[in-house]
Amino acid sequence: MIQISNLSKSFTLHNQGAAVIPVMEGAALSVEPGECVGLIGASGSGKSTLMRMIWGNYLAASGSIMVGGLDVARAAPRDIIALRRRTLGYVSQFLRVVPRVPTVDVVAEPLLNLGVPVAEARARAEALLAQLNIPERLWSLSPTTFSGGEQQRVNIARGFVHPYPALLLDEPTASLDATNREVVLTLIEAAKTRGAAIIGIFHDEGARARLCDRLVDVTSYTPGPTQ
Amino acid sequence: MDTNAFTTVTTADPLMSVRGLSKFYGTRIGCDAVSFDLFPGEVLGIVGESGSGKSTLLSCLAGHLAPDTGEVIFATAAGPRDTVKMAEAERRRLARTDWAFVHQNPRDGLRMGISAGGNVGERLMAVGARHYGDIRAQAIDWLGRVEISADRIDDRPSGFSGGMQQRLQIARNLVTGPRLVFMDEPTGGLDVSVQARLLDLLRGLVREMGLSAIIVTHDLAVVRLLADRLMVMKGGYVVEHGLTDQVLDDPQHAYTQLLVSSVLQV
Repeated sequence: MIQISNLSKSFTLHNQGAAVIPVMEGAALSVEPGECVGLIGASGSGKSTLMRMIWGNYLAASGSIMVGGLDVARAAPRDIIALRRRTLGYVSQFLRVVPRVPTVDVVAEPLLNLGVPVAEARARAEALLAQLNIPERLWSLSPTTFSGGEQQRVNIARGFVHPYPALLLDEPTASLDATNREVVLTLIEAAKTRGAAIIGIFHDEGARARLCDRLVDVTSYTPGPTQ
Repeated sequence: MDTNAFTTVTTADPLMSVRGLSKFYGTRIGCDAVSFDLFPGEVLGIVGESGSGKSTLLSCLAGHLAPDTGEVIFATAAGPRDTVKMAEAERRRLARTDWAFVHQNPRDGLRMGISAGGNVGERLMAVGARHYGDIRAQAIDWLGRVEISADRIDDRPSGFSGGMQQRLQIARNLVTGPRLVFMDEPTGGLDVSVQARLLDLLRGLVREMGLSAIIVTHDLAVVRLLADRLMVMKGGYVVEHGLTDQVLDDPQHAYTQLLVSSVLQV
């Protein structure tokens, strides 16, 4: 489902003396349907950079990133938009929403974008919010004022409301209590069972052990100090 | 960036194709060598500071200003046509039927001396609607969709707040079911809380009506939430063009990097 080969990336900081910072070289990774691969490596080694390149908001310098048959490294913007709509889901650590939009609509939006009727989209969003223990009295409020753990669960609900064949999960259990962590782990296991290809960053070692079929240390793709 | 460098998989014809569009004011550049495709259902954001040429470009695209060179090919009901070479009457008809233009200042897009319902109904009559009951019913429906209560239908927009005037302008523009909406700083002079409501409204309308839109703004937060693709302009040229979150999160051009890093975080 996801095949990455010979991927490299550098940042050019034009306003800081045009400094070129190589951050990744020769990255390769393949994820089959139903498989979960965990990215490991110290802070700053490029785990999030790799995730963002797969999502398409970081440009690859060279190499290819095949997701469901589309090379994200070379695809036109509208093809990436279509990929994100149907095929590739992303649970980031940050919730970015239009202020004042009710939580239930925030979660239902990916379904509405796919043309699912409003009532059905809302019903599916509500079921997921209930499963994630977001109190019903909060569903009609904007999530911008929620606690960190609640916002994270809203983000997770958004990422799981449509059965994406490929999923990127950036620390999905980071700020959750034991009960909600268990709910999220169960959701991820169910996604694996239905055949989703998953790439995740899990600092939570228990979650990593339970979910990941393989671990990839991105440090091996970090360019060495240049001479 | 050269758009031709991308490989494209989806196969729809563009709604609008712009090729080599330039506009000069004497020897001064308004905008130069602008080319892009806009596809059905897509929202394109154009950002840049004052004087970057973004408003000149929008005026050329919408037929308010004649470009010096270049083509603006629009997929009309009768096939693709270069709107630059069209007769004025034909372009005006397109502006009434297939296009809409939302001005930054609602006073430029509304008739302040006639009622809210009249403002919406006038657009319908311009495309041939004659039945008073139908026109009034549609006007009420659209006022509801932009969250203006039906009991204000006979009030003049001069008595409305800025946010209400802007929503009325949107209703007046969208009532005829256009396929392409040009917006010039649509959330410009509004309070942030009113902006958020307008953004949500616009996103919903784009989704429900399958609208395409070209939005000129200097507000990067607005384009992040509204635009699929982003074009960055400086000194009349497009310096960067791509997926909105890619341009904002991993800007390639020196100017875009400066623009993105200059935004105050809240």
